[in-house]
Amino acid sequence: MATRRTCLWKRGVKVSETFEMEIFRYYPDKDNEPFIKSYEVPFRDDWVVLDAINYIKDEIDGTLSYRWSCRMGVCGSCGMMVNSVPKLTCSAFLKDYPSRKIRVEPLQGFPVERDLIFDMDDFMNKLTEVKPYLLRKEGEEKPLEEGEYLQSPAELAHYKQYTLCINCMLCYAACPIYALDSNFVGPAAIALAQRYNLDSRDQGRNQRQEVIASHEGIWECTFVGECSVVCPKDVDPAAAIQRAKVSSTLDWFKEKMIPRSKG
Amino acid sequence: MTTYRKPVSNTWWLESKPYFLFVIREFTSLFVAGYCLFLLLFIAKAGDSQEAYATLILSLKSPTSMVFHLISFTFILYHAITWFNLTPKIMVFHLGEERIPNALIAGAVYLSWGVVSLIISWLILGS
Repeated sequence: MATRRTCLWKRGVKVSETFEMEIFRYYPDKDNEPFIKSYEVPFRDDWVVLDAINYIKDEIDGTLSYRWSCRMGVCGSCGMMVNSVPKLTCSAFLKDYPSRKIRVEPLQGFPVERDLIFDMDDFMNKLTEVKPYLLRKEGEEKPLEEGEYLQSPAELAHYKQYTLCINCMLCYAACPIYALDSNFVGPAAIALAQRYNLDSRDQGRNQRQEVIASHEGIWECTFVGECSVVCPKDVDPAAAIQRAKVSSTLDWFKEKMIPRSKG
Repeated sequence: MTTYRKPVSNTWWLESKPYFLFVIREFTSLFVAGYCLFLLLFIAKAGDSQEAYATLILSLKSPTSMVFHLISFTFILYHAITWFNLTPKIMVFHLGEERIPNALIAGAVYLSWGVVSLIISWLILGS
């Protein structure tokens, strides 16, 4: 794999310009503190930041550690801070940085394990907490032989936007609230919960409310809105959170005014 | 495993323009609350006597009052506009499979704002 990539960028490419990459480095067994290391890479119009990082790994410094996989903006593995902005590095072109110099750091708000790799356990646990799957009330699940739950295109339109999340965690890195208080359930997890809450086949909203409507859930969000700005799939988690706030507020009013309506 | 967590500085909101604008939006809510309080106190005091009412009206014409109103108006306007622009994110309506465009939702809010302002202006100035 490494040989093939090397061939790709050496094949017939006339490199006359270079690009400076400042990379966050941290090796916990050796370094007490992280530091920034600068690398000079060839500049090519069709290179994205991930290509430049791969070049460093293959040609300059094999000790550099980072995550990547699909290279086409689908897997969500290669999220990093590029000049302090959360980006999928496979979609951020070098040519869009005319200063010919960028700084690459791990996604903000997460504990760094090594170089550009951070610990994502907290996010994975939060995803599990919001029960991101179809739930039916007890006794209301159809037997398999009765087939699937039908849904109209209009019903699908209500939540389709929230299904596009690729769990890249850029929204967490853009959220100052999560950086200040990591107990916050966070944008992607709440958007995913909302995706199921708005699904006409689902009956599990009450089960999710315990986490979603808690202080660490939607009420921790102050609507900075940057999670939606950086989202590479236009999921708009900020909107999902605000809509969940409206629903929870209506629940509260209903409960107070019509006590029997609960459940 | 030893991990490193970057500390968040107290000036995090000065480190990026969107964060700064967010903090300004939140800060302007103090002027909304403050002006509401000012109006309530003004109404309570103005009801005391006709002399008290005349004194208060005169005090509104002072340079200090003018500056206070100008600053409050600017911040309250910023607060209102930023929240009106965010309304389509919260109020989502579908017509069949199609989502009602954000511009239409925001436009309706601005229109309502204009109508209410006109009615209040007519009640105060026209009567």
